[in-house]
Amino acid sequence: MRRLAAALALIAVALLAAACGKEGSPPVKGPKPEQLPAYQVATGFQLPDSPTWSAARRRGHLVVGVKEDQPYLGEKDPATGTYSGFDIEIAKMMSASLGFDPKTIEFRTIASANRETALQNGQIDYYVGTYTINDLRKKQVGFAGPYYIAGQSLLVRADEKDIDGPEDLAGKRVCSAAGSTPLQRIQRDYPKAIPVAYDTYSICVDNLISLQVDAVTTDDTILMGYAAKAPDELKVVGRPFSKEPYGIGVPRGDTALRLALDDALTAHEKNGDWKKAYDATLGLSGVPAPQPPPVDRYPAS
Amino acid sequence: MNVLLDNLSLYAEGLLGTIELTVYGSLLALVLGFVMASFRVAPVGSLRVFGTVWVTVLRNTPLTLLFFAVMLGLPRFGIVLPFELFAVLALGCYTSAFICEALRAGINTVPTGQGEAARSLGMTFVQTLGGVVLPQAFRSVIPPVGSTLIALAKNSAIAGAFSVTELLGTYKTLNELGYSIIWSFVWIAVGYLIVTLTISAIFNLLEKRWGVAR
Amino acid sequence: MTTGTALYDIPGPLARRRHRLYGVLATVVILGIVAWALYLLFDTGQFTAAKWSPFAYEGIQEMLLRGLGNTLKAFAYAAVLSLALGGVLACGRLSVHRPLRWAATVVVEFFRAMPVLVMIFFVFVALKVQPLPALVTGLTLYNGSVLAEVFRTGVNSVERGQREAAYSLGMHKTQVMTYVLVPQALRAMLPTIISQLVVALKDTSLGFLITYEEFLHAGKLIAGNLDYDLPFIPVVMIISPVYIGMCMLLSWFANWVAKRQRRSPKTEAVEVAPPEPGTLMPGAGTHP
Repeated sequence: MRRLAAALALIAVALLAAACGKEGSPPVKGPKPEQLPAYQVATGFQLPDSPTWSAARRRGHLVVGVKEDQPYLGEKDPATGTYSGFDIEIAKMMSASLGFDPKTIEFRTIASANRETALQNGQIDYYVGTYTINDLRKKQVGFAGPYYIAGQSLLVRADEKDIDGPEDLAGKRVCSAAGSTPLQRIQRDYPKAIPVAYDTYSICVDNLISLQVDAVTTDDTILMGYAAKAPDELKVVGRPFSKEPYGIGVPRGDTALRLALDDALTAHEKNGDWKKAYDATLGLSGVPAPQPPPVDRYPAS
Repeated sequence: MNVLLDNLSLYAEGLLGTIELTVYGSLLALVLGFVMASFRVAPVGSLRVFGTVWVTVLRNTPLTLLFFAVMLGLPRFGIVLPFELFAVLALGCYTSAFICEALRAGINTVPTGQGEAARSLGMTFVQTLGGVVLPQAFRSVIPPVGSTLIALAKNSAIAGAFSVTELLGTYKTLNELGYSIIWSFVWIAVGYLIVTLTISAIFNLLEKRWGVAR
Repeated sequence: MTTGTALYDIPGPLARRRHRLYGVLATVVILGIVAWALYLLFDTGQFTAAKWSPFAYEGIQEMLLRGLGNTLKAFAYAAVLSLALGGVLACGRLSVHRPLRWAATVVVEFFRAMPVLVMIFFVFVALKVQPLPALVTGLTLYNGSVLAEVFRTGVNSVERGQREAAYSLGMHKTQVMTYVLVPQALRAMLPTIISQLVVALKDTSLGFLITYEEFLHAGKLIAGNLDYDLPFIPVVMIISPVYIGMCMLLSWFANWVAKRQRRSPKTEAVEVAPPEPGTLMPGAGTHP
């Protein structure tokens, strides 16, 4: 009987708490909306050669595939459902240049494994989310850009003095996502490191802060995002030891859209939007904006 | 078949991990379970309450939640230990609640008259306990303790998701290497059968030797 | 409390005084441990506003409730399907046809000997199924097999006279089963069945490991958020009482049913199973 009373009391408390919550969601440390650059929406832009663009015109807005779990790149606020980050800014710039107000974009979270399928069957118009350009993928989708060159790097605690690069990892515990390319690279090239694997990077970072592991490794962009969220506790060290050019994925046959996005990227890099977007997002991690990489206008095959 | 032969060392490592977790977890569970059971039958009120709370809370907690809390929670208090140790801690504490109940039920099956007879012969408390009550209780708890430890062996699979090397976790590596997933799982299943059947055989032997016919 | 065991005599005045002393000492030690744990919690800043304020917002509360809803949804599916599968397998094991009996025995013994998680991962990874169906399938296969054994023991434990009387009235096997044995067995086994459902409820949290968005998963998303200052301990403090409360409520219900059934004249021919045998633990139960 006592147990029942206790359980009922608990449920009552839970309901009470749920009934009188503050509206909305807790404040987040992500990019502040007012600091983000506004992009000039191109008026009268036409791209009749692109079936994707024409379909979007009829629909009235773009549908963009992104990631939801990478701070300052593509992150979804768990409570409000809004997206923010550098990748999101790139997606907005592109939207503005294609003649669509960035406010109208419909973002859709697409897991890494489903990116090609989503582009091929028209679920999304283009994809911006730490999408590394490589030849294998070019057989399935088109790539505009690159708009950023990332590289595998290391995240350590702010007071760490012993680790400056992958060669210092002997005997240290290094965490990454289970089965990911960065983890395999560490196991292959630095066999003395002790690998630790979790499903998501956020648990790796949690383990890093609670001293269970000594470093987290993956693309430096992702690591910088975490470092920016907790600058007192985390830092990115060393030079990146791989090259990951990030591109905007488009449906493979739609060369017109790809070249239009290439033009748009070049224009936004020139007029300073690219740097502003970087400073307002990834730049918060303390790493100054690099030179944007040259756009690769490869011919249609 | 190829999956097994090509990756024998990987499987062996995983099986060894599962066996280690099972053995150490069982030892911790038996010791803690015994302590808690003696608390629960003690003539001291506060110990009884402590034992009851321990058992009630742990029996009603999902093991995944306990793993989650131990693996990611304890390091926050500056307790930094190898992952295997955390896993043994979680498995052992969880299982101790069930062992405790099995032991307590065993003690309760000993008729009151046995203790009274022993005391009327002038035996001390320790003599009553060691010479009369526990030997009888021990016989009747062999089967339930056996099945609880089999459950512990099976539950050790959860540790694999918290970066501890054990049998179930081997599928990830095999999957990356491009082996047939179905066959990888077949051999994982065989591994678990080996572990659980061994425990079951040990306890059957114990029961044949010491069990009571009812 | 302990007068029922063979361990102690009824204490005299001296023993009572001694026990009181032990009691005081034990209380002091236990309070000391609790105080130390509380000190650690405060010392490591687990009660700061930054860690707790997120829970005051509706967005976060809705997220947790959504997770809880998903947990209950998986539990509901798993419970119904396990009962159905358990019934089917029990029929198989009680069948007079030998091949059918053998097949059912093999299935039951195999799934009882496998960790639930192995089955869940097999369905999720090898058969490439969505998280919810994978979780429900794994839970159903395991709990269904255990329940099949429960049903079978229940039917077999009905007094022999009942069966013999029914046959002698000229009923055939199906009639004996459906009108005489099963109704009595079900009543007697109800407490054990409910206890087994507690196991299913607890095991829904395994869905967390295959990214099913249940209660624990929602908690993890909040706990791992750097913006909320990693409120891990607060999340555990909120989530565990809910889980423990739900399971205790079900366990308590099983106890209540057992008490009622023991008094009921309808279960006279069967011994009412204890509601909380070893089976409350996932994977326990008598092994071959």
